[in-house]
Amino acid sequence: MSLVALATPIVAPTIEYARIAPVLIVLGAALLGVLIEAFVSRPLRRGAQLFVTFIALAVAFWAVVRLHGTSTLAVQGAVAIDGPTLFLQGSVLLLSLVAALLMAEREVDPAGDAFAARASALPGSNEEREFTAMGWTQTEVWPLFLFSVGGMLLFPAANDLLTMFVALEVLSLPLYLLAGMARRRRLLSQEAALKYFVLGAFSSAFFLFGAALLYGFAGTVQFGGIASALSSRAGQTGLVLGGTGLIAVGLLFKVGAAPFHQWTPDVYQGSPTPITAFMAAGTKVAAFGALLRVFYVALGGIRWDWRPMMWTIAILTMVVGVVMALTQQDIKRMLAYSSVAHAGFLLTGVIAVSQRGLGGSMFYLLTYGFTVIGAFAVVSLVRDSAGEATHLSQWAGLGKRSPLLAGIFTVFLLAMAGIPLTSGFAGKFAIFASAVASGDGPLVVVAVLASAAAAFFYIRVIVLMFFSEPAQDGPVVVVPSAFTTIALAVCVAVTVVLGVMPQPVLNLVDQASVFVR
Amino acid sequence: MNPTDYVILAAILFTIGTVGVLIRRNAIVVFMCVELMLNAANLAFVAFARQSGTLDGQAIAFFVMVVAACEVVVGLAIIVTVFRSRRSASLDDANLLRN
Repeated sequence: MSLVALATPIVAPTIEYARIAPVLIVLGAALLGVLIEAFVSRPLRRGAQLFVTFIALAVAFWAVVRLHGTSTLAVQGAVAIDGPTLFLQGSVLLLSLVAALLMAEREVDPAGDAFAARASALPGSNEEREFTAMGWTQTEVWPLFLFSVGGMLLFPAANDLLTMFVALEVLSLPLYLLAGMARRRRLLSQEAALKYFVLGAFSSAFFLFGAALLYGFAGTVQFGGIASALSSRAGQTGLVLGGTGLIAVGLLFKVGAAPFHQWTPDVYQGSPTPITAFMAAGTKVAAFGALLRVFYVALGGIRWDWRPMMWTIAILTMVVGVVMALTQQDIKRMLAYSSVAHAGFLLTGVIAVSQRGLGGSMFYLLTYGFTVIGAFAVVSLVRDSAGEATHLSQWAGLGKRSPLLAGIFTVFLLAMAGIPLTSGFAGKFAIFASAVASGDGPLVVVAVLASAAAAFFYIRVIVLMFFSEPAQDGPVVVVPSAFTTIALAVCVAVTVVLGVMPQPVLNLVDQASVFVR
Repeated sequence: MNPTDYVILAAILFTIGTVGVLIRRNAIVVFMCVELMLNAANLAFVAFARQSGTLDGQAIAFFVMVVAACEVVVGLAIIVTVFRSRRSASLDDANLLRN
């Protein structure tokens, strides 16, 4: 039978370059960045890389805007260019632009930017000190960053399991390396990279085996083909349920849902803070985009089989995130567990399996992305002689030392807690309303209770900042350059504006929330 | 030459890899177990391709090989860096990140 298949002539695929232009622009710029590393002299490299990165992200965003209203499959059905894809690609690009501003910052650390002078030099060695004294920086972070952004753009657009797997790896592999490149506390950073890599590779192997099982069932890896195979053929439930479960493990790992969240606090704490901000926002947007597409388009027909599993995971994720965040003493770990809790809130949108659920999730992802980047930007500014002062006790009385920065952080914390007039409230309202409309009332009750409990640890930090006395030898708030200032201003503006008048974006999301099949 | 046997073999290899990741402590061995899992998935893809008479599965196997090779490059770079700083490739020694 396979001889018949072999005998058919191979037809060259048609590729609609214009429709996948955003991905191609970013990946092309990443390759250009690699060439810059090879051919441009060291003093000019940073400027060249910054130029290429910002131009590429801006042009790619323009390309996404140009494509708006498209709803079609491209590249032989491997990629879907539709409302959710374009909205999430636009979100990823905007969030990456803001994260790139944080990465470009080099005023807050007297030694330079947030990355090691040379990642290969041993921590604490003379070699490292020499490179630092010479003012070297690891400009390879920029092409790596762009490769990762390229993967994030492809991940929510992928319309078959192979493209999705490749996008997952293109997204993840550069992030593993970036996680290990911090200038300060390098052993922690390298350990974060090791843990992220081992667990990430483990989870992507699960994803791949799940893809193999679904291929075994449907005879195709395209989502449309899997969906029609599910509706036309009963039986072989072992392959279907096994495949669904294993794919879910791979994707839930990426979004940081319990019980696959163990990497989150360690990696968030150890990574350079701009990279933490980037992956907290970008990976979440991209991975939820992929999760929504797989479970809505390919597996929507068997939702009664996977919804109980997702219910359990959503509740577990919310509870674990909130309870663990309550016990943290490190601000970065606290934000990491808070991101786990947010993954739980977002899963209620996945469980809804409706157009409103999709739209609510997309809106929530955009608002949460800006809030979390802003929060980590604030973390990068509170420093002592050893680098960032991340222990919560060091943040006591920050409001008296720097009312402006503490005020900005308060805005982000209130948004994460979901207080009205912040973007977090609008996002939570949109996503919980969609879950209620789909008949998931009990789940929403749990989610609302979890948000109420979560508000406690956000407000604890606010109280700590404004109502306790600053320590004598406490950390200082560094005045950043224009890069971080602009990033913070954008994040605050988005958080407040989307809280006060979310309607324009909600309308946009409403029009965009239809998957092409 | 029943393709189902190969699928069962793939499942066994995948399980061996999973158990290896969970119980072994040396980063290199854990990494090799992950590679075993990827190759088990490859075997499953090829066996299913034979079963369904489509070529997709065989083409996917090539993609997976390339991705696995990239993963080796990145993974070994990280493991070697960690080994150079700590003189140990044990995952149990990597315990600085705690509450």
